[in-house]
Parts: sequence; structure tokens; C-alpha cells
Amino acid sequence: MLKASDRIFTNIYGFDSTALADARSRGDWDGTRDLIAKGRDWMVEEVKQSGLRGRGGAGFGTGMKWSFMPKQAGSRPHYLVINADEGEPGTCKDREILRHEPQKLIEGCLLAGFAMAAHTCYVYIRGEFRREAEAFQRALDEAYEAGLIGRDACGSGWDFDIHVHLGAGAYICGEETALLESLEGRKGQPRLKPPFPASVGLYGCPTTVNNVETIAVVPAILRRGSHWFASLGRPRNTGTKLFNISGHVNKPCTVEEEMGIPLKELIERHAGGVRGGWDNLLAVIPGGSSVPLIPRSVCDTVLMDFDSLRDAQTGLGTAAVMVMDRSTDIVRAIARLSRFYMHESCGQCTPCREGTGWMWRVLVRMAEGRARLDEIDVLQEVTRQVEGHTICALGDAAAWPIQGLIRHFRPELERRIREREAAAARQAA
Amino acid sequence: MNDVIEAGDRATPPFFFTEANLEAARVIIAKYPEGRQASAVMPLLDLAQRQNGGWLSQAAIQYVADFLEMPTIRVYEVATFYTMYNLEPVGRHHVQVCTNLSCWLRGSDAILRTCREHLGVHPGETSEDGLFTVSEVECLGACVNAPMMQIGDDYYEDLSPDAVRSILDDLKAGRTPTPGSRIGRRSSEPADMPDTDAVTGSGGPDGGP
Repeated sequence: MLKASDRIFTNIYGFDSTALADARSRGDWDGTRDLIAKGRDWMVEEVKQSGLRGRGGAGFGTGMKWSFMPKQAGSRPHYLVINADEGEPGTCKDREILRHEPQKLIEGCLLAGFAMAAHTCYVYIRGEFRREAEAFQRALDEAYEAGLIGRDACGSGWDFDIHVHLGAGAYICGEETALLESLEGRKGQPRLKPPFPASVGLYGCPTTVNNVETIAVVPAILRRGSHWFASLGRPRNTGTKLFNISGHVNKPCTVEEEMGIPLKELIERHAGGVRGGWDNLLAVIPGGSSVPLIPRSVCDTVLMDFDSLRDAQTGLGTAAVMVMDRSTDIVRAIARLSRFYMHESCGQCTPCREGTGWMWRVLVRMAEGRARLDEIDVLQEVTRQVEGHTICALGDAAAWPIQGLIRHFRPELERRIREREAAAARQAA
Repeated sequence: MNDVIEAGDRATPPFFFTEANLEAARVIIAKYPEGRQASAVMPLLDLAQRQNGGWLSQAAIQYVADFLEMPTIRVYEVATFYTMYNLEPVGRHHVQVCTNLSCWLRGSDAILRTCREHLGVHPGETSEDGLFTVSEVECLGACVNAPMMQIGDDYYEDLSPDAVRSILDDLKAGRTPTPGSRIGRRSSEPADMPDTDAVTGSGGPDGGP
């Protein structure tokens, strides 16, 4: 269990005041100017050494991502863009940072911006988070007022502006290039890569897009040292992580824990256990709607980090743990997610635009057993046709939950089809 | 292009930003670099929608296009792509019930049914008195406080059918129900966690155990 002294988000529930003075008394903005004085190379190296991997879902090395930016700004300005378009079903961690720990994010933006030679940062917040955006803007105003950002931020000599930009209800804008399109005033349709945003991003300029949580932990890493962060968790899976535990648990909650905590311990220690006890567990989606579910047998031992979950043929994703007990209609549950991906497909690539609707319709039938046994293989094949054949990862995200269902609950799909066939045969007789 | 948009059968009164919104629009546009004012299209559409009683008329879309010197079709594309822009009038209170997985697992079907029965409208419809529009929406990002719904800009969380009825009755009576959890949670802490346990900052003024 994470020691209280290793916790980064000490006010994640907003029990304490979020005012700047109180945030500072909790340690935010302590010696920021000195950190900047250590220079860009030191910062990028520290973040690399810490092992921090992106908290938005893909888990790419943050220091590595930063190092893709040109070392010095040339004729084109550099941009830092914060992805606060939190919309992955099951995920609600960035919301808590925006409204309860905004100074950590603001300080992280300044440090990351300086490390990548950016003078301007946009924070793209999902439109539904109006209240959270208001809270964040209040914090931003306080930081400007105190000279922590703006001209000569913190007395560092670096000018740095942060602007809030609200989305308007499109999950796809959480994809980084769709987000940039949206920020430029267009439909949120992902761009082909390459070129990557680090060379051609916002307004055609070098840009790095980072998740809220990723940037909000940067000040702690730089202050306490990469070795401290790297000492938490396991190699390649370091640090602490915000987990959202929802669904059939006694006490759903958001909690910061050490990476690599066993899933069972996470649920039992923090969320009051599975409703009806651990034996009542059917399956868990461990990392937001896009990752495949795992059945109870895997949940018994799996660790909550990138590599352990990958080895279990799923993923850490956004670390949004959705718990389903034995009362769950697992086929309807996955069908619900399929409907989501159909709704959120931007329509640009044919496999995704057509495939998401097709997969949803088949799953709705399968939930009622209105299908043929061989259609399970057809469905599996279609998920393979969608996966990897689209510009962005939404196609993959639509395919994986269904693949997980077939992998672990094929007998359940078959049972429903057989029962319906038998009922039909009885009726005919 | 104007012809296409104005050929719609819904005649709408002309639209202009109020003085206050003109100023707000200028502040928004100043966030973006010179010549990149198209970036302001989403916040300006939002501003227009709020001024226009919760929906975007064709006149409002046209106005924003002219304001930003953008082709109307580009603004129309944006207005139709994002779900938060309403292209039809909505009730004074837009009740949006999340039915995605985390909410569904905790009873969002009953929440939606309660809204439907209590207000006498189906999802997508507006009540006859014009007070309520009910919508079924995708994940709103408050999953550990499921089931939940958004009304206007506020989230109502940890709902039960009784809580939903009471919220809707308050709105009918012209009262504003307090947003947030309906089971007494401050935010996303485990239910029944005392305040002192959560503030465990090392060296924080209220540092707990």
C-alpha cells in the first residue's frame, strides 16, 4: 500500500481548500524557479529516468516523447497541449485533478512547457466539465495574479501562458491529432501520422500533447527526484497512479496507489470489496472501456500495471477499473460499449465507421441468442478487420472489448444461441 | 451555401451577440494567435447557444461564421459534429442521463425510466410545458459516482430513483437543487470516509494520520 508520504495528490477529494495559498502550503510551487534554473536537458533526463509513462492510456514514455521536440524553437513556436478531454468510459481521474489539484497541473504545465521550449499551452477540457473548467480557470487566474505564470513566470525569465479551451462532446477528441484539429476549429477527425505532432502539430508547429495526470505528477518528480518516483512500482512500471474503481463494488472511489498493486488488493482495500464478496466476481475491465475484460481467475493474481496487464492480454489503459459481479449480463455489457464506439466513431475510416455499427448489431442479437454459432467466428474475424486498419486507435478500441468477450466468455455466447435454438425447435415440434 | 442553410423550414429570428457576449467573444479570440481565430469557433458557438436559449439556430450559426470570417459550411460542420450543440430547441432544463457501462452497472436504466415517467417524455423529447428535455448520453466522466446525470452545467451523482424525482420536482418548482452526490459524498472518496483520513499530505496544515 502506498505510504502517505509518497502520495502526490494529497487533496484529490477536495477535502482541503484548493486556493493557491493552501496548495502552496501542501508543497505546490515550492522552488519552481530553481527547478527551471537546472535547465531543459536536466528536466527531460529526470523525467526519462523516473520511468514516467503517459497516463492517458497508451503508456508511452513521457521523457522520450518530450525529447522528440526540436531542442530550440526555430521560426515556428512550440506548443504544449494538455489533453483533459477525459471521456473513456470508467475514467474520472483528471476531473479530480482539474477541480481539486489544479495548481499541480498548472505548475506541471510551466515545467513541461519550459522543458520543451513552449511559451504557450492550451488545456483542452471536455465541454461537459464546465464546473471543473471554471474551477481550473479560477486557479489559473490566481497563478497569474501571483506571477507564477505569465510574463517571467516565477521569476524564471521564461514567459508562459496557459489557455483553457472547452470541447463540445466528442470522445474522439481525446485522440491527440483529433484534439489538435478540434483546437484549430474543425471537426475532430484524427490526422494521419507521420508527421507526428512533435514536428507538425498545432497550427503546423512542433507540439506535444500530454494527459492531465502525466503533467500533474511532473513537479513531484522533479522536486523529489527521479530515483524516488522510480523506486515506486516495478521496473518499467514506476510511480503512483490514480485508479477509478466503479461498478459492482461496495464503495466506488478514486484512489492514488502504487503502480503494480494487485487488482484484488486495490478493490478490497480501497473500494470495500466486490458486492457480495470476491467469489461473486464475474469479470473486470481493468483500464477503461477500450481494454479487454479479464475473468475472475485472472483477477485473482494480476498486478495493476502496464506490463502485467499486457501479459494478461489486456491493458492498464486509463486505470479505470470497472467491476462486474455475477449478476451482470456480460454480453449486454460489452454490447453497450460497442454502441458507444459506434456513436463516437468520427466516420473518417470505413472499417471503423461501418464496423462499429455492424459489431454492435451482432452483439445485440447475440445477447439474446439470436445468432448462429458460426457467427461468433465471423464477429471475431470482423474485429480483426477493423483492428489496425484505421487512422487512429478508436477502431482498435472498438475491437478489443469484443475480442476479450469471445476469448473468455465464448461458452456463454454459445449457450445463449443453443438455448434459443432449442426453444425454437421445441416450438416447431 | 447560405441558401442551403436558410432553406431549412425553421424560420428563426435574427441573431446578434449581446454587448456582454461581444466582449466575451473578443476575450476568447485573443487566446489564439493572430489569424487563427477559427480556433474560437467552438467557444463562440457555445456562447451563441447559451444566449439563444440552449440551441443553435441557423441565424446563430451564420452569425458566428460571419463573426470569425469563416465559410458557413465549416461552422455548420462543427455544429453538427459535436453532440453538445443542439440544433433543435431544448427545454429550459436539459436532463442528460449517462447510460454507459459504469452507470448501467449501477442502475442507470432505472434512472432513465424515472426521468421518462416523471416527466412524461421519451429520450430526445421535450415536455409540453417546455421545461424539460431528456437525453440519453454517453459517459460523462463521473464513473465512481454512478449513476449520474447532468442538468444544465451541473452533475447530480450517486442517484436513486427517489433522488431523481426530488431533483426534478425541485426544478419544476423553480428551485435549484444542490449539485453533487445524493448519498452525502464530498466527491469521489469511498462512501463513509471521514474527512480527516483524506487529508494525509506530508506537512499539510491539516495533515491527518
